[in-house]
Amino acid sequence: MVEKILQVNDLHISFDIHAGEVQAVRGVTFDLYKGETLAIVGESGSGKSVTSKALMRLLPTPPSRIKQGEILFEGKDLTKLSEKDMQSIRGAKISMIFQDPMTSLNPTMTIGKQIMEAILKHQKLSKDEARKRAIELLQLVGIKNAELRMKQYPHQFSGGMRQRVVIAIALACNPKILIADEPTTALDVTIQAQILELMKDIQKKLGMSIIFITHDLGVVANMADRVAVMYAGKIVEIGTVDEIFYNPKHPYTWGLLASMPSLDHKDTELYSIPGSPPDLLNPPKGDAFAPRNPYALKIDYELEPPMFQVSDTHYAATWLLHEMAPKVEPPAVVRERMKRFADIVARKGGKPRG
Amino acid sequence: MARYTLQRFVYMIITLFIIATLTFFLMKLLPGSPLQNQEKLTPEQKALILKEYGLDKPVPVQYIQYLGNLLKGDLGVSFQYDNRPVAELISDRIGPSAQLGFQAIVFGTIVGLILGIVAAIRHNHWEDYTATVIAVLGASIPSFVLGGFLQYFIAVKLQWLPVAFWEGFKYTILPTLALSVGVIASIARFMRTEMLEVLSSDYILTARAKGISQAGVIIKHAIRNSLIPVITILGPMTVNLMTGTLVIEKLFAVPGLGEQFVRSIELNDYPVIMGTTLFYSALLILAVFIVDVLYGVVDPRIRLAGGKK
Repeated sequence: MVEKILQVNDLHISFDIHAGEVQAVRGVTFDLYKGETLAIVGESGSGKSVTSKALMRLLPTPPSRIKQGEILFEGKDLTKLSEKDMQSIRGAKISMIFQDPMTSLNPTMTIGKQIMEAILKHQKLSKDEARKRAIELLQLVGIKNAELRMKQYPHQFSGGMRQRVVIAIALACNPKILIADEPTTALDVTIQAQILELMKDIQKKLGMSIIFITHDLGVVANMADRVAVMYAGKIVEIGTVDEIFYNPKHPYTWGLLASMPSLDHKDTELYSIPGSPPDLLNPPKGDAFAPRNPYALKIDYELEPPMFQVSDTHYAATWLLHEMAPKVEPPAVVRERMKRFADIVARKGGKPRG
Repeated sequence: MARYTLQRFVYMIITLFIIATLTFFLMKLLPGSPLQNQEKLTPEQKALILKEYGLDKPVPVQYIQYLGNLLKGDLGVSFQYDNRPVAELISDRIGPSAQLGFQAIVFGTIVGLILGIVAAIRHNHWEDYTATVIAVLGASIPSFVLGGFLQYFIAVKLQWLPVAFWEGFKYTILPTLALSVGVIASIARFMRTEMLEVLSSDYILTARAKGISQAGVIIKHAIRNSLIPVITILGPMTVNLMTGTLVIEKLFAVPGLGEQFVRSIELNDYPVIMGTTLFYSALLILAVFIVDVLYGVVDPRIRLAGGKK
């Protein structure tokens, strides 16, 4: 078994607002293994970003608070660390890159300074050594003329180049975990592909674990080893990328797969999951997905489904997996897609990745 | 940068020319003459004096003459102060005004910045509310009203500081306070709004994700970027301060430029009015220019757009 580097157990995060308590994350549990890429997918508001920011304790408190649960990293529970102890972990052992490279760099500070800031904070290096390290990092993320680029400001870089800089900052101290919160959403498609390639490349070189937050299943197929599907603040299905794409069990995952646009199919209309996610100010009783779920059973409106085990690595929270549930096949469009994914794999003669 | 500066300089000359023209004709529209209070003079004597100063000629001729003198750097001589050159009068009086203005802007900016920063960091806490109340009061109370209050309570009632006159640093405190309240108010308000916006921006999150402490993030990232818009308002603020000094100097009997200016208007002392107006305008344009340059120093994006060559 590969070493677990991070364990999240029953994490609950709430935001206290005037109207009451918004339960953004309602019991999330997952492990992250050394060197793997775990993708967390879900709609806007599913709690994926909140979960990732909570791992770094970057959520503003108040209004947010970690209600219960633990985040175990190197034998410590991150939810209980002081702000000062957290600062020595942030950027050093766990790093994060954000969605929009156009706004995630300080416009009035040179690129070099912004990278060196991270290095000098955590490593006992002289300014000259830090500068050398920063140049190395820029070269690592594929920026040419690194020495000249060090003296430039963010507005002198294109979007893709800025995201490379952001990645360089995140890598400054060789982190064990890199959290990427939709790192390619704001970039155009060709640049997206370059950045994803870069991240895979760097992961191979440095051997860190990546938590990849996204709503783009295409990116997931390309990047992830394992996938966690989140809905309404919970993980509803988790498994290896193959299991999620060829053998999805949760009706929500079916919906996500069916609504994934692709070039090589003949549907004239793109499927979309009807309705909208529930209001987490007053989460519904039972399964939060039930009102949007065409396969919902009566029990779904009464009792939340537990995680049913499908295989050693594959779990899904739906009553359909209960032995007394009626046998339900995924809808035709999803079955067709599952088949096509399998075909692609067969054609490529291996895993559908990279 | 040189080209940018030169361009700015040309604009400055044009602006000054327009101001000089406008002031000249506005003054001619004013009722009264410099000799209206001189009842002892006979009409012949008055005519002689007017001729002496060239005030008997048609207005367009006077205007051309005035511009000609201006080009030579001659601001004319005062009617009221024994024919002393206007330039000399201005340089004699500039000291106290400059000191007051400088003290008020430095004190006001520092206090305003601190208030704004504290309010933003402690958003929606009592510190924030206090700073907001101070800012609203400061913005809505005119400096001369506050000046009167300060004179009454601090100088007359408590006798901590002198009521008026100009005989040392102690005498500058009350007028400086009265002047700086407006500055404090606007700077605090701007700084608070800007800081709040900057603090919620993505690059602050990036900085925190690097492991930088809250204080480090504020000092290294937030304050500098919040300063950019604040610097822009320093220009108009200087105007406020200048017009403010006119009244405050009168109120506190400060022998400054403003006090002299007000008197020259009362006496229709044309050359002094003109000279002082031009002087103020030049100062103002200079202030705006300095602000523009500062802007480029703080924000690299502007440096590139404005002054690449």
